Amino acid sequence: MMTLKTAQTRHADVRYLEGGSGEPLVFLHGAGGMTPEDPLLAALAKTHHVFAPYLPGYGETEDCPDLRDMLDYTLLGWDLVKAFGLTDPILVGHSMGGMIAAEMAAIAPNDLSRLALIAPAGLWLEDHPIPDMFILMPYEMPAYLFHDPEAGSKLMTSGLDMDDPKFLQNYLVRNARQLGMAGKLLFPIPERGLAQRLYRIQARTVIVWGASDRLIPPIYGPAFEAGIGGAQLITVPEAGHMVILEKPEVVAQAVASLG
Amino acid sequence: MKFTWFNLMPWPYLPDDFREKNRSVWVDIDQRLFDPDKSHEVYNTYMDLLEYADTLGFDGIGVNEHHQNGYGIMPSPNIIAAGLARRTQNAAIVVLGNSIALYNPPVRVAEEFAMLDCISGGRLVAGFPVGTSMDTNYCYGQIPALTREKYAEAHELIIRAWTERDPFAFNGRYNKLRHVNIWPRPIQQPHPPIHIPGGGSVETYDFCIDNTYSYSYLSFSGYLRAKVLMQGYWDRVAERNAPDTSPYRAGFAQTICVAETDEEAERLYSEHVLYFYNRCLHVYPGFADAPGYRTIKTIQTGALSQYAPPRGGYAQLTWKDLVEGGHVIAGSPETVRHRMEDLIKGLNVGNIFCLMHVGNMPADKCMYSSKLFAEKVMPKLRGILPECEGDGRFWCKPLPKRATAGTLPQPYSPARVAEPV
Repeated sequence: MMTLKTAQTRHADVRYLEGGSGEPLVFLHGAGGMTPEDPLLAALAKTHHVFAPYLPGYGETEDCPDLRDMLDYTLLGWDLVKAFGLTDPILVGHSMGGMIAAEMAAIAPNDLSRLALIAPAGLWLEDHPIPDMFILMPYEMPAYLFHDPEAGSKLMTSGLDMDDPKFLQNYLVRNARQLGMAGKLLFPIPERGLAQRLYRIQARTVIVWGASDRLIPPIYGPAFEAGIGGAQLITVPEAGHMVILEKPEVVAQAVASLG
Repeated sequence: MKFTWFNLMPWPYLPDDFREKNRSVWVDIDQRLFDPDKSHEVYNTYMDLLEYADTLGFDGIGVNEHHQNGYGIMPSPNIIAAGLARRTQNAAIVVLGNSIALYNPPVRVAEEFAMLDCISGGRLVAGFPVGTSMDTNYCYGQIPALTREKYAEAHELIIRAWTERDPFAFNGRYNKLRHVNIWPRPIQQPHPPIHIPGGGSVETYDFCIDNTYSYSYLSFSGYLRAKVLMQGYWDRVAERNAPDTSPYRAGFAQTICVAETDEEAERLYSEHVLYFYNRCLHVYPGFADAPGYRTIKTIQTGALSQYAPPRGGYAQLTWKDLVEGGHVIAGSPETVRHRMEDLIKGLNVGNIFCLMHVGNMPADKCMYSSKLFAEKVMPKLRGILPECEGDGRFWCKPLPKRATAGTLPQPYSPARVAEPV
């Protein structure tokens, strides 16, 4: 059971979900955001004390115009760790959240000993360009995000009525808030120089990738693995970019291997 | 009234099956559809038409900026405007405009606009659009959520560069310049008039009102559909206690086709109008609005991109749909005059950007329509807003005596000088 709370940082009052008990763990969500019913959070909370902030523009956390670039969000990450009252938590990030987590680990290598990157953004391989997620129509997304797009589509849109104008406006507002923020780190190319900082990461690192990821192709897994000394790469079959929805237990198990 | 003859410069050779075979006229349009050899003729014809409009007595001739766009082959309007400044005499050179967030550093715009103002003898009307999402975000890679902040900084820098008389340091977030000191500077003081193209953002309304800039709604969907948006602007003008509601505070773009009769208009222009509305405006909806480009406030007011497809998608529009729906004002001079009166009075706009060249319209038809408009419609609309005729705040102030291009004296000749007289 996750509880919604507020952490105050210098630039933003950040709403976050907290639940479970055990080793403290901070989870950073991806560009699509997260919900209190997120199955990965539930799985992690069985064995860990989970802190999962809604980044500015997501959920009930207000948009924060003062935070503009990669460094701003990397430092927000560390400000949040402090606001949660934690020292050296397990740091887990998915997609855009993985990019922030990797930057946090690189900028403060002595403050972090365990890191889990789930299909992280942040690298760009010339021969394997990542599709432009900022031009995708909602109905086009499942094909990029899920191993099984049809089932994924149901996960994404259950309970949503795109023909209701009121709903549509709320949807557009949510999309503008969320992806507007994500664009600060991911638009137009989801790369902000992480490759030249990866070497600084000291944390024991596990990298998790869905074998059917069509947004950030699995070939990015070995690129992260090669950049981070001693990292362990786990490829999950029959899972796409939303491996956290499609195989939450497998991801939780990989994270748990960090202790 | 100020009538500006406007040419978007559409590529006239998009194939009949363009919509079926291509997902977008903009951003990722097929390179192979552009033929550089043919463009030589196209560019020169389009520039000739703009020059022709000057001879017909239009108040302004207008150009704008688009990138990677099949209906606007003008990524640099300043290049076209430079040619027009040389080859025309009277019309204002309306550059609507330069997307100032895209220039690095934006003093480039201050410099080029100053050059245009100097070359044209003070005939520049300057436009500062934020730029569409297609141009600004998808073609030129600006981060959507930061675009407006960058735009605001560029605006501040340009105005300071135009108006300050001593070098200054500019410590912006996006521009760090130690020595801002543009040379040349514009003729018009304190600076050329500024028009801001907008698409319904409340922030843009306020920006215009606060700075005494003219708000231009450059829509292709015509004056009937524009009423709600323009009323929103005028409501805002009232709310913010602007000193007046001069119609020159606003501009509107309208497609116009004139012939001797309504029937002739349909016969002559229908295929070109349909080419534009059914082929050129085929924009992939994913490019219409990058998330973060519009503010939340704007989305909540329901002002959505005119490029976003209507619910249910685009139907194939007919001439009748377009004329009755007001997308296009077309017909005899009398018909056009009536509808233009409705437009001007209904929207309270003093600046009309007349889209007289449409789609793949050939030059002779375009000249015919433009001439009829200039001779039989424009004069009757001139006095329609008498109480505000003297409002010169939003228009250029040329030098009274201007140079004539191409009038060099005979070259100096030492032999002739040496001869005894």
